[in-house]
Amino acid sequence: MANIGLYIELKEGKSKKSNKETLSFAKKSGKAVYAVVFTNDVGPYLDELKGVKKVIQVKGDDLTYQPDFYADTMAKIIKDFDLEYFLGIFSAQARDLFPRIAARTEDAGLINDCLEIDLENNQVARPVYAGKLLCRYAIEDKIKILTLRPNVFPVEEGGAGDPEIATVDLVKSEPKIKILEVIKSEAKKIDLQEADVIISGGRGIKTKENFALLQEVADLLNAGIGASRAAVDSEYATYDMQVGQTGKVVNPKLYIACGISGAIQHFVGMKTSRVIVAINKDPEAPIFKKADYGIVGDLFKAVPLLKEELKAVL
Amino acid sequence: MNIYVCMKQVPDTEASLTVKDGKSINEENIKWVINPYDEYAIEEALKLKEKEPGSAVTVVTLGPARSESSIRTGLAMGAEHAVHIETDEYIHHKATAKALANAIKQDENYGVIFLGKQAIDEDSYQTHILLADYLGIPAATNITAFSFEGDKVIVEREIDEGAKEKIEMTVPCIVGATKGLNEPRYASLMGIMKAKKIPIKKLTLKELGIEDASIGIKPLKLYAPPEKPPGRIIEGELEDSVKELVRLLKEEAKVL
Ligand SMILES: Cc1cc2nc3c(=O)[nH]c(=O)nc-3n(C[C@H](O)[C@H](O)[C@H](O)COP(=O)(O)OP(=O)(O)OC[C@H]3O[C@@H](n4cnc5c(N)ncnc54)[C@H](O)[C@@H]3O)c2cc1C
Ligand SMILES: Nc1ncnc2c1ncn2[C@@H]1O[C@H](COP(=O)(O)O)[C@@H](O)[C@H]1O
Repeated sequence: MANIGLYIELKEGKSKKSNKETLSFAKKSGKAVYAVVFTNDVGPYLDELKGVKKVIQVKGDDLTYQPDFYADTMAKIIKDFDLEYFLGIFSAQARDLFPRIAARTEDAGLINDCLEIDLENNQVARPVYAGKLLCRYAIEDKIKILTLRPNVFPVEEGGAGDPEIATVDLVKSEPKIKILEVIKSEAKKIDLQEADVIISGGRGIKTKENFALLQEVADLLNAGIGASRAAVDSEYATYDMQVGQTGKVVNPKLYIACGISGAIQHFVGMKTSRVIVAINKDPEAPIFKKADYGIVGDLFKAVPLLKEELKAVL
Repeated sequence: MNIYVCMKQVPDTEASLTVKDGKSINEENIKWVINPYDEYAIEEALKLKEKEPGSAVTVVTLGPARSESSIRTGLAMGAEHAVHIETDEYIHHKATAKALANAIKQDENYGVIFLGKQAIDEDSYQTHILLADYLGIPAATNITAFSFEGDKVIVEREIDEGAKEKIEMTVPCIVGATKGLNEPRYASLMGIMKAKKIPIKKLTLKELGIEDASIGIKPLKLYAPPEKPPGRIIEGELEDSVKELVRLLKEEAKVL
């Protein structure tokens, strides 16, 4: 029986929400699950890791993310623990880290952003062309490294059995890159790729300040704030907020588009949202053809009404 | 410095795509363009060249014969040299990165290599990092700022939701460009005329030592995602329709 390894990604010391998705998938596979956590104290994570066979805690005097240290450590773990699969969530960090792990592991192949995984036949399905199409791939490499798209794989809470704990030291190879500093953004933003709800503004928002209107609704729904490229290009919003083919591809339960016309490049970035709501004053706007629910009207009236109504029902 | 740009030709973002024979896209009516992120890569390479006297920019593309039009565009923007690794085969990223590495290694004095953060066809997000590891050089991707401090490269890399890492690398190194790094220039008429005369160096996968290009990962089937049923407009006075929307989100869609 092949072993399956998981990268438990931490953010500011907390296990990321989407780790539950990889964990649920791995546990359901019936394979022996090895969860890797970069921490000196694995205690706080053990509850979430019930049902896995082994927790591999990576210890070190400084565990701040350093791609070379992390990748070398992971490559060593894959080898030492004889992992045939290695999974993580397709996050910003994974984009940097997972290709490095793949490159440093002999006979390994990486497929990012998987929507479906069939471990029996070693096949996966994933979006290509920003989700305009899907593609099914076979992986013939001995070691299969996969990242899962957030909000796709179902979460099953609970799990029985305390895992064994193994400790591995962080591999401190000669680092190729030096991280001089991490510059935090002033605003505390919600990760769009993991958000359950996103409210987005387009050119119709008209000014940077008007995004505050969306923020008020976002606060009620614990939503992330997105933007169209027109809003980004007009400097109402920043690029990290851009949703679309050349921005982020998002996948929330609920996506509310305000003053966005629904150009194909925007649509492909949010079309897999479970429910799409459009608020636009132009009844002919293409977004209405793609939205589950549409409201034709002025967003400057509709959004405040929405806020009041949400306050009343939530 | 010998500056390199790896760029790929991709369908225009407007293109609506259909599947032919379950394996590839219908190429009729598709406008082929330089991958948008690779345009940032070219621009940054040209800016670096302008700052470093005696430098030259080489664009490298792996792809079928049609890629030549994009290579010409890269030359017209201001690159001096071009390498075209021509192949009609499907080739996966490990093989792509190996081929690019072997092509670039033919020049012992390669300096900074610019790529895009992702190619918007397969969106595989890995060629840059694999290339760096094959060359044994540092890499950082998702880069929004690039500069030299002495002989060190300093880049800013977007990590999460607006946060950035400031990174130092030695040359040679790989830089994966994203939006925000610069505004790509348009090719001038003179550039276009000049580009026509520049010879493109052609290489084959075989010459680069890639015998089996489909190493490991193989596409089996390309297909259209299921269509969403059309939605509905909630009619009525705005006050009522917003109320109704919230009710529907709560009771029908169950997303609140
Ligand atoms: C290479 C390339 C890549 C691209 N990548 C992306 C991408 O990643 N993401 C992206 O979003 N776009 C992308 N685009 C751009 C895309 O083609 C559209 O131009 C863009 O999405 C339009 O943004 P918008 O809907 O905000 O603006 P518009 O199309 O101008 O629409 C504004 C809408 O707001 C409505 N409106 C105005 N005022 C109000 C009001 N008071 N109340 C209600 N509604 C109002 C209008 O009716 C209109 O429908 C890309 C384009 C190219 C060429
Ligand atoms: N066939 C190719 N030829 C040249 N460069 C490529 C090719 N494929 C990918 N790249 C480069 O690698 C980057 C990342 O691509 P990808 O890993 O496919 O998302 C792109 O932005 C290009 O700069």
